[in-house]
Amino acid sequence: MAEWRLLLKTLFARRVVLIALVLLALMLLMAAISQWVLPHDPMAMKVSQRLRAPNWSHWSGTDELGRDITSRIFYGARYSLAIGAGTALLAAFFGTLLGLLAGFFKHLDAPLMRCVDAMMAFPDILLGIALVSILGASPTNVVLALTIVYTPRVARVVRASTLVIRELPYVEAARAVGVSTPRLLSVHILPNLMSPILVQLSFIFAYALLAEAGLSFLGVGVGAEIPTWGTMVAASTQYADRAFWTLFFPGMAIVLTALSLQILGDGVRDLLDPRLKGTQ
Amino acid sequence: MTALLPRLQVRNLHTRLLQGDSPLPLVRGVSFDLHDGQTLALVGESGSGKSLTALSLMRLLARNARWECSGQALLTDAKGQQHDMLKVSDEHMRQLRGHQIAMIFQEPMTCLNPVLPVGEQIAESVRLHLGLDAKAARAQALRALEQVEMPAARQRLDEYPHQLSGGMRQRVMIAMAMVCEPRVLIADEPTTALDVTIQAQILALMSRLQKDTGMSMLFITHNLGVVAHHAERVAVMYAGQVVEQAGVHELFAKPAHPYTQGLLACLPGRARQLARQSGQAVALQDIPGQAPAMNRLGSGCSFAERCSVSLPACQQQVPPWLGTSTHARLCHLEGQP
Repeated sequence: MAEWRLLLKTLFARRVVLIALVLLALMLLMAAISQWVLPHDPMAMKVSQRLRAPNWSHWSGTDELGRDITSRIFYGARYSLAIGAGTALLAAFFGTLLGLLAGFFKHLDAPLMRCVDAMMAFPDILLGIALVSILGASPTNVVLALTIVYTPRVARVVRASTLVIRELPYVEAARAVGVSTPRLLSVHILPNLMSPILVQLSFIFAYALLAEAGLSFLGVGVGAEIPTWGTMVAASTQYADRAFWTLFFPGMAIVLTALSLQILGDGVRDLLDPRLKGTQ
Repeated sequence: MTALLPRLQVRNLHTRLLQGDSPLPLVRGVSFDLHDGQTLALVGESGSGKSLTALSLMRLLARNARWECSGQALLTDAKGQQHDMLKVSDEHMRQLRGHQIAMIFQEPMTCLNPVLPVGEQIAESVRLHLGLDAKAARAQALRALEQVEMPAARQRLDEYPHQLSGGMRQRVMIAMAMVCEPRVLIADEPTTALDVTIQAQILALMSRLQKDTGMSMLFITHNLGVVAHHAERVAVMYAGQVVEQAGVHELFAKPAHPYTQGLLACLPGRARQLARQSGQAVALQDIPGQAPAMNRLGSGCSFAERCSVSLPACQQQVPPWLGTSTHARLCHLEGQP
């Protein structure tokens, strides 16, 4: 227990990390329980109520079809957060696999990393647009496309750390007692890579959130019928001059969530990097 | 039957670092025998190829460079079967490591995985080689920790390396190496990183373990005091070669190679001893110069440039092995020293 308390205390040494975590937790909670607590059906159209400014009944106003924006933000959070988290997990998984193999096996290094370099040469969004255009617009395909976009980032970081850990004496010591290569990788090297992977995980979550919004805004993300924050921003552009709230509130959701994730990632990095301790 | 074959027989071991167009010879024709229950000390200054010899035998040379090993390294197992460690397959070698031959490293601080409890790290080799399940392996790990006189062993099983002191970590390393009762233990400067009192404890522990299990030990060190107390035979290495090999008493009493003589003349304890015997003050002497760069070795004896008694032949011709089979030296100088 004492260890956990110390861990949390270190993590929250910067107040802003605590605020970020609370914001994220709230967002997750609302996304999870939205269907029971929301005052309005996020899909219900009321043409008589279209483009209403924020008021007591509709806290964030209504959109061009008279749907409640607050409800849609929290309902849409499910899709946005799921796409972000799915991308982050998949990219971390494949990136770790590639990075680990490239870093540990000398003969795989050059071929794997040249492929990764080639993938990184494409601008993120451009590659995302191309992939979604090929695969078709759906949440699953957006996750797939963004996974392909972000896997190289993780691969590079993991490879660099593997190169260092591979030469450490305890890896040699493990080989000296006859540990097999798969076990060496999974038991002795992988756990030591967890801190860079965790940090990448939170950053990629944030990037993916933004990228999904970007793709949806450009019309190549998830279909317009699914309320993600990106599609909400995209739909609002025609009315933003008359009804700023249609743009402002979904935009704020994106900004706050992405920012919170970045801050949390920073916090985790500081927590896991002993060299940065006490330097805040 | 097994008594006839040495446990570890190394013949003409060469290790070359492959770089550019000319491979760099770093271990140049090392040969020695290690018999049952015997301790052979491999001594020499930094860069003389001691550790490299051990790593070549274990096939654990750094993976970020390319190496070429040749020669023979025959390990005799309990059934009297011989395995050439330089030739067997990787999988076969993996089974030998930790089971038949184990190794202790110099830095106990960095040789333990920081994210695994030490009990798990010790149990790992048991599970690999003896095929025990997790629970039995844990019991075995506990026994190993008790065997290395770890205080509060049961509690230590679940602790992480950073919770242990340097001496305790070295005990864990020894437990890791000893848990499968290997026939040969290679100890690469196991006490260099420890302070003197802990050094003495660890050395005493290793002697006791050797007596209990009857293992043979290849002890790599540059501390001649440790050699005098713990080894039966000594091989002195210089510039990648063994230059003198003898029983420990013989070597200290009658060093035959000029380099060994130089090494012993640097020891204050020995200088005092000689002074007492002769009744005169004996000055400490150093060996002039530095060990030669391995890429600039001439055709003759590698020690010739620093040798106080070198002959013209030393510069040009490779020195022959002189002396008896129990006390041999690589030198041109004939006659008893």
